[in-house]
Amino acid sequence: MSGAAWGRPRPKAPVAAKAMTAFAFLLIYVPLAALVVYSFLGPSNGPGTPDAGTLVWYEKVFSNTQILGSLYASLWVGLWSTVGATVIGTAAALALERTRFPGRGVLEGIVHVPLIMPEIVLGLSMLMWFVLLRITLGYFSIILAHITFSVSYVIITVKARLHGFDDSLEEAARDLGASPWQVFWRVTFPLIWPGVLSGALMAFTLSFDDFLITFFTAGVGSDTLPLKIYSMIKFGVSREINALSTLMLVFTFALVMFFFRPSKGVKTVT
Amino acid sequence: MLEIKSVSKSFGKADVLRDISLTIKEGEFFSLLGPSGCGKTTLLRLLGGFDRPGTGEIHHNGVRIDTLPANQRRFNMVFQRYALFPHLSVRDNVAFGLRMKKVASREIASRVDEMLSLVQMAALASRSVTTLSGGQQQRVALARALVNRPEVLLLDEPLSALDLKLRQQMQVELLALQRRLKHTFIFVTHDQEEALTLSDRIAVMNDGVIDQVGTPQEIYEYPRTPFVARFIGSVNAIDGEIKDCRPDVIIVGGPTKRMMTVRPSRDGFRPLPVIPQGTPIRILVRPEKFKILKSAPGPEQNALDGTIREILYQGPVTQFFVQLRDQILIIAQPNTAVTARKGFSGGDKVFVAWAPEDCLLMGRDGPLPVLESPPVDPALSDAQLQLPLGIMEDVRMAGGVAQGG
Repeated sequence: MSGAAWGRPRPKAPVAAKAMTAFAFLLIYVPLAALVVYSFLGPSNGPGTPDAGTLVWYEKVFSNTQILGSLYASLWVGLWSTVGATVIGTAAALALERTRFPGRGVLEGIVHVPLIMPEIVLGLSMLMWFVLLRITLGYFSIILAHITFSVSYVIITVKARLHGFDDSLEEAARDLGASPWQVFWRVTFPLIWPGVLSGALMAFTLSFDDFLITFFTAGVGSDTLPLKIYSMIKFGVSREINALSTLMLVFTFALVMFFFRPSKGVKTVT
Repeated sequence: MLEIKSVSKSFGKADVLRDISLTIKEGEFFSLLGPSGCGKTTLLRLLGGFDRPGTGEIHHNGVRIDTLPANQRRFNMVFQRYALFPHLSVRDNVAFGLRMKKVASREIASRVDEMLSLVQMAALASRSVTTLSGGQQQRVALARALVNRPEVLLLDEPLSALDLKLRQQMQVELLALQRRLKHTFIFVTHDQEEALTLSDRIAVMNDGVIDQVGTPQEIYEYPRTPFVARFIGSVNAIDGEIKDCRPDVIIVGGPTKRMMTVRPSRDGFRPLPVIPQGTPIRILVRPEKFKILKSAPGPEQNALDGTIREILYQGPVTQFFVQLRDQILIIAQPNTAVTARKGFSGGDKVFVAWAPEDCLLMGRDGPLPVLESPPVDPALSDAQLQLPLGIMEDVRMAGGVAQGG
């Protein structure tokens, strides 16, 4: 709802537009809903008999050590790639926004490339690069690859926060005796923190559900959750997968809701 | 004592400061006054340590400081838009500097409380600074700087964001604070009235150069350049040519047949220069030094005749616009006694008269070309510091006039 236009008569949307919108939402949410619903249905006793509500698939998920192992792997990869991407991305955003150096414009453009580059190309190039550098494929290479593509998102969100940052705040801190390090931690960081946080969150969710790039850089024996699900599907669709997917859905949804809850917000002094 | 020694600064091709030399005394309220772009803020930033001078040095109490970064100088700055930390409360903003210096927390608490009550913000100590009004933010910014007991407090147009009433009130508070704490204040402003009101001394800057340094009275009464005369208050310009130059009087041929005479100022602070006959010059006269008369005055006064074009009643003064042959003079008459309007009205033929002592002699487009400086009598220059009593009131009044003009 657009707050500014509230109360003022606006041109009515044509019926066709409303229908299109409804259709788009149906396309997105009906399959999701089906996935969730099926995760709660027990095996049918035969043709014609209705499925019964059950938590049996969830029990199976939680007793499946392979699934739990890959979940743990995904969380681990997500954690370290988020840390890496956030630190590098924040530093890069500061450099891009604050300093003038030759090639800065080019670099600023390049930042956006991973957002539009076909993932398969990124995955393939990453694989070739790791082989060339003789980096053993495994969790380490997955983390490196995830950092590579998610760093762009962190740079973009932190840069947005830095844009319009009142430089005199940092000068004031220096003036009051703060060393450059103290200026960063006492003034700059608390003020760009919302940007850093949303960048980090984006990095985590991207890493957590990435399939393609992980697939290329995983090597043998390292399974993240998306890879695990894919390999399970190869042996037929089990409702275990529905249950697992529902859990992932709830987890990412909860994560986003928690951090993007209506914020009290840090207002800036004008 | 703060000494600025031939400091220059350029950004790219633009010379922002050109060979600035200045000495600021301990405990002085010193203003850097000039239009925007004159380099006053740049000079303040050099003092604060946010920029380094291109050439030249800055010394404080004999120690060179221009090479020290901002966090190693015992100078504090009040920024133009306050630059309060939006994520901290009023108290934490004020405590910031002391925490950086690792002062004991008990001492921090007592000094912060003391400073907050000094600026009348104690009641709002735990508020977020984002919820404060402009005047309150201003007070917090002052407290945040002053709590560090700076050797020099730098103020970058701190009052410019406030509305007129609040600004006047803050001027008084600022002055009281400075008198009480006896810190050196260096105050950047483009507001000439503010500078006159607050300062012990003023440096008037123009295009990267200091045109004149002096007390408010000196700056107003004896401007050294046409720029200073025009920037501090308003001024009328009458072109003429030197007819005769003697130690006690200069005769100038002006726009009418009546010769104009120039005499040294009454206090002797401005002796007459030596200018060869025939030199084109410009006489500057403040609007309030004129008198408007119905008939020609005696020969002891200068006078020009013209026609009243406009009469503007402005409360304390009335402004007359008098049309001469090819220029308009602005005259300000105080509305004190029966003299107020004297029944003048638009279209009246009048005489504009002024005393030979009230002329400011300048060149046609710059300060007077000094060909031979008159000898300065040391006894006299001592006496110059003792300006006659009452001149202050004149200045105040004139300041008001100038604002109207």
